[in-house]
Amino acid sequence: MEKILVVQPEKCTGCRTCELICSYTHTGEVNPARARISVFSFEKIGFSTPVVCQQCTSSACMAVCPVGGISRDDNGAMTVNHDRCLRCKMCAIACPLGATLYDYVEDKMVKCDLCGGDPACVKLCPSGAISYQDANAANFAKRKEYAARFKDVYEEVG
Amino acid sequence: MYGWIGNMIRVNLTDKTIKLEKPDNDDLKNYIGARGLGTRLYTKEVDPKIDPLSPENKMIFLTGPLTGTLAGSGGRFNVVTKGPLNGTIAASNSGGNWGPELKFAGYDGIIFEGCAEKPVYLWINNDQIELRDAEDLWGKDAHDTTDLVKAATDEEAKVACIGPAGENLVKFACIMNEYNRAAGRSGVGAVMGSKNLKAVAVRGTKGIKIADYEGFLNAITDTRAKLKAHPVTGAGLAAYGTNVLVNILNEHGGLPVKNFSEAAVYPNAEKISGEYQAEHNLIRNKGCFGCPIGCGRVSKNKVNFKGIGEGPEYEATWGFGSNLDIDDFEAVSKANFLCNELGMDPITMAGTIACAVEMVEKGFIPREKADLNWGDTEMLVEMTRKTAYREGFGNELAEGSYRLAESYGHPEYSMTVKKQELPAYDPRGQQGIGLNYATSNRGGCHVRGYMTSPEVLGIPEKVDPDAIEGKPGLLKIFQDLTALVDSAGICLFTTFGIGLPEIAEELRTATGLNLSDEEFLLVGERVWNLEKVFNLQAGLSKKDDTLPPRLLNEPMKGGPHKGHVVQLDEMLTEYYQLRGWDENGVPGQAKLNELGMTDVAI
Repeated sequence: MEKILVVQPEKCTGCRTCELICSYTHTGEVNPARARISVFSFEKIGFSTPVVCQQCTSSACMAVCPVGGISRDDNGAMTVNHDRCLRCKMCAIACPLGATLYDYVEDKMVKCDLCGGDPACVKLCPSGAISYQDANAANFAKRKEYAARFKDVYEEVG
Repeated sequence: MYGWIGNMIRVNLTDKTIKLEKPDNDDLKNYIGARGLGTRLYTKEVDPKIDPLSPENKMIFLTGPLTGTLAGSGGRFNVVTKGPLNGTIAASNSGGNWGPELKFAGYDGIIFEGCAEKPVYLWINNDQIELRDAEDLWGKDAHDTTDLVKAATDEEAKVACIGPAGENLVKFACIMNEYNRAAGRSGVGAVMGSKNLKAVAVRGTKGIKIADYEGFLNAITDTRAKLKAHPVTGAGLAAYGTNVLVNILNEHGGLPVKNFSEAAVYPNAEKISGEYQAEHNLIRNKGCFGCPIGCGRVSKNKVNFKGIGEGPEYEATWGFGSNLDIDDFEAVSKANFLCNELGMDPITMAGTIACAVEMVEKGFIPREKADLNWGDTEMLVEMTRKTAYREGFGNELAEGSYRLAESYGHPEYSMTVKKQELPAYDPRGQQGIGLNYATSNRGGCHVRGYMTSPEVLGIPEKVDPDAIEGKPGLLKIFQDLTALVDSAGICLFTTFGIGLPEIAEELRTATGLNLSDEEFLLVGERVWNLEKVFNLQAGLSKKDDTLPPRLLNEPMKGGPHKGHVVQLDEMLTEYYQLRGWDENGVPGQAKLNELGMTDVAI
């Protein structure tokens, strides 16, 4: 079963710990500008959510790459072959989520690689807003929560 | 450098020059950053006797070595200056994302000096630093200012700014960052206003280097796990924010009511509690940069004074709530939202209104001046707004409760220490917090030595709140550790769940500075003594290390601590001895030398 990063905006506090640990793990320094995940906050209403590559099945990044430099690894992560990459940045332009980035420091295209199957952001997210699980399992939790509302109504009326 | 960036910006607002400087290595080692290093840099350059609102005053925005790193709750910066509310050393601390962004731009801090001829704001975009015209921003509140500055610079910029209160030199104006975070106390926003500096916007895309990659990763993983596992930082603060304290302090008999004039037990506390907020008004929990606690609240008023805002925090809830006999949570929230938008410290705002209400009630302030009453929500909102604009009676409130009460001949109704309003803990129910209030280097304040932690919450272990034995020694450790925490760039709230060993390990692995735990605690003691020396040279003395007469002479009227007053004299003498100061609370040169402060003259 292929696992994905499941983001739950309702739990996100906007603390950006995911950005920090992502940059630390991948670059050795703390720098949100080089993180492959980023948190967007709408400060005035207190809404925030992480945005990260969803490892699409129909991957625009892979489709647009002129040299076949992006492929899916064993964990389901779309990964960049840096030896083959031209830095043409078409993958960044094509990604509908804006989740593929150009790292100016190392001169390479970067994106979430699921940390080889053990994502660091999941381990450190303090509010449980990011989890690493089967896509359908994640939906199961939502369906159950929705069903629980019916149950509450049923109990009140019954 | 590791942890630190190693760059400071110096901005002379008078002649509009901008220079880069390197901090001295010994200063970094001895004072670390933020509150400590800021005080060191400030006291080296500024005559303690200057007028805080004159061009001679300077203000330093400074991060610590853990600011912007993965250290738990490592998003803090300090604004160090001489505060206009009371003329003491002000190190006003804020969270959010502004401090980290400054480091990502490539700087540890900014020193502002002089005074701009016309309103300006500073725009830092990595290597580009420029002063820009802010005449169109003058008069705007902190939220609109933030929106306008972001629109004019970069949507991802972090903005610290003042609202109308800072412009109008309200003595307790804040500096707001990212809309609702505040360097809240001592009136640092008025210093910014006096310099015609409306905002400081920052955008940075560089990184912070860490000395020991694996060691730091282990240290922060350990710290974060402990903070998640602790009942206060992992559960209580996350679930109810700081308002979790309303019911706790009320049950303790320490929630002040009506300007500390009644028993510190508020019958309607439940209606202003964190539990009430969570059930009725809470939209979301909000975390500052890198914070695993997330105590921030986004709250919505649905019935009265409709709107969305951040907070209120416990101190504001108490101040606008039980201390004014107001049990309407939405009115309390509205006053707090206004303080955020207009840029004022809610503790001093609320304490000043409470003082005014009591003096009107007692007939010392004529009703024709201000028709103030306990429990009046409309009055609360109106007075808060008028204060920021100095309209009508608001002009008198804008001076803080001490000057207000003194001007009507009764300073004893001002519940202040060193002219700064007390926070939300009646010290007659907690002897140690009384000693903390009296000795705090910035006057009335709970975050200089939070004795509520051992005395009420039982952290790290429970001590008898009514006892005075052992309190001076315990307070000294709390004050020194707090000064270290504030200098490191992390949030004081982490100390509910972690202590000196964890903080020292984060500092060692991040910076490579190889000091022992005890040597790091000594940094805190050095900072405390440096602040004390500044205050003494500014003209303060032992007579200022005291409490409002009510807390020393009027026994608590009811509740678990009925009949108690603060036994300050007994504790103060021992406290001075433990600090190695003379009987007047003056650190001698020998004490300063012992701390390695040979170049600080008393």
